Amino acid sequence: MGEKDKNTVGNDNINTYGEVINHSVTLDISKCKGCTNCIKRCPTEAIRVRDNHAQIENARCIDCGECIRTCPYKAKKAIYDKFEDFENYKYKIALPAPALYGQFEELTDMDYLLTALVECGFDEVFEVARAAEIASEYTRKFLEENGPESFPRPVISSACPVVVRLIAIRYPLLREQVLPVFAPIEIAARIAKKEALEKHPELSPEDICVLFISPCPAKVSYVKSPLGTSRSAVDGALSISDFFFKLRSKINAIKEPYVDSKSGIIGISWASTGGEARALFNDKYLAADGIENVIKVLDEIDNSNIRNVDFVELNACSGGCVGGVLNIENPYIAKARLQTLRRYLPVSMNRDNTSNISYDWDEEISYDSVSKLSNDRHEAMRKMREIEEISAKLPQIDCGSCGAPTCRALAEDIVKGKAKMENCVIVMRNKLVEFFRNHNEIDPDELGLENIFGDASDKSKE
Amino acid sequence: MDDFVRLKYDIDGENFTSAGEASTMVKRNLRQMGFSPETIRKVSVAMYEGEINMVIHAKGGVATVDVYDDKIVIVLADEGPGIPDVALAMQAGYSTAPENIRSLGFGAGMGLPNMKKYTDEMKIDTVVGQGTTVTMTVYV
Repeated sequence: MGEKDKNTVGNDNINTYGEVINHSVTLDISKCKGCTNCIKRCPTEAIRVRDNHAQIENARCIDCGECIRTCPYKAKKAIYDKFEDFENYKYKIALPAPALYGQFEELTDMDYLLTALVECGFDEVFEVARAAEIASEYTRKFLEENGPESFPRPVISSACPVVVRLIAIRYPLLREQVLPVFAPIEIAARIAKKEALEKHPELSPEDICVLFISPCPAKVSYVKSPLGTSRSAVDGALSISDFFFKLRSKINAIKEPYVDSKSGIIGISWASTGGEARALFNDKYLAADGIENVIKVLDEIDNSNIRNVDFVELNACSGGCVGGVLNIENPYIAKARLQTLRRYLPVSMNRDNTSNISYDWDEEISYDSVSKLSNDRHEAMRKMREIEEISAKLPQIDCGSCGAPTCRALAEDIVKGKAKMENCVIVMRNKLVEFFRNHNEIDPDELGLENIFGDASDKSKE
Repeated sequence: MDDFVRLKYDIDGENFTSAGEASTMVKRNLRQMGFSPETIRKVSVAMYEGEINMVIHAKGGVATVDVYDDKIVIVLADEGPGIPDVALAMQAGYSTAPENIRSLGFGAGMGLPNMKKYTDEMKIDTVVGQGTTVTMTVYV
């Protein structure tokens, strides 16, 4: 973890099962001004502003990167690995994400990019787009063999780790609808390692490291805390943004590329929304992107309100993986470039012919009820009653000034002993007005203290 | 036992897109109180269907959810047209929803049957021209 320094907090934490979850999304306290932008954007209400700076509750963080996107002071950042951290490995394999191909304006042939990776010090390149084509084929087979009677519809894609983590903390019953198949990154790493050992019998598994070049913090976290398996075959995750300039200068210097791309249209198309779903050759699909839209679609599925749909592709980032916060280029420009790059490619160039690699999850996703108030039902109910009571006394304007994203969230924090009623600026103002009244020295009206939030002050006096 | 939590929601009758908001809130609260995913699903489906019904037929109403440690009681009260023939309304596929509602995918005649299916007890008190109160109980 090269970027870690003493100002950086919120890097690891323990979930309700006592497992450590490693997060890529972190905060640089020295840059944080304590504004309310991130707390309002966080889809799991994982952030509070306390002691004048943000704090991330790690059990709730799903590494979506919304806070990185929204922070005006660049205080939120992603931690990722550095190439230099892996110098000791004899054989280094690069796994470029399909989104990487869309970052370079001058790139007309993907072979240049793959050659540039080798020029940067990698011994081998295995395109994640290739594994994506295998994942597509395997998913088609999975849907065919597992009809609605044995596997509930719609089947939900497991490719975006943010979506899977969100399901794990908020939609326990939807876990059984998640496609129990490894994401392309995992398939790519497993095949790449196997091929490397076959190609170089002199190497042992410890000599090889597989490094993903990631468009988002969620995939960085995935490498440390994988989904569907206890140990990922990916050894590290670098950032597209971190590697971009080095790669660009290498690309420009290449005269004759010597690494051939083996990806087709399907593999490249996984970089943006709809690419995964369209590859199933079944038009009964739904593809949505952007974390707020993802939540709305999951709510609809949870209400059994989505019928006649076989497959749901969900991407936490707008535009899909090209929208990840570790990219350099605007997601829509990157998408347009990918359309050009893939134009004359075959539909698919990869088939599942690696007989002894399993693509199936070997571990289930456990329900991590991060929002539970207490393990004791009566205690939890008592707290819920208190939350309802306190909530009714708050102004319901969700201004965020108290450091919590909503009045309701403040009520929860108060009951958990993490905040006070007086953190609410409206409640505090009303106390001041009352104080001045009682002391008869200053007329609160003269200070302009009255009538700012008339209704709210009435409410909080109840 | 009077040790319970009361959750109360106004169901807005004008707005189709917001139908389901109350059941989403109830879902969140039940999760916080540590109820099992299965119990939460029963309550939220029954409540969601009830909410939709109140929006379609009664221009909204009030949902009261009383949470006990061993049961959850949902009361949906509206001042709508009432149900003239409850037995008929309970039949799967029977619906009086107008065409514009059906075109939205609602009005399949599964609302009341689903509410009965997902709850352990269901009672309908209705007076034509005055309104309907549906009381549903899910045992934990």
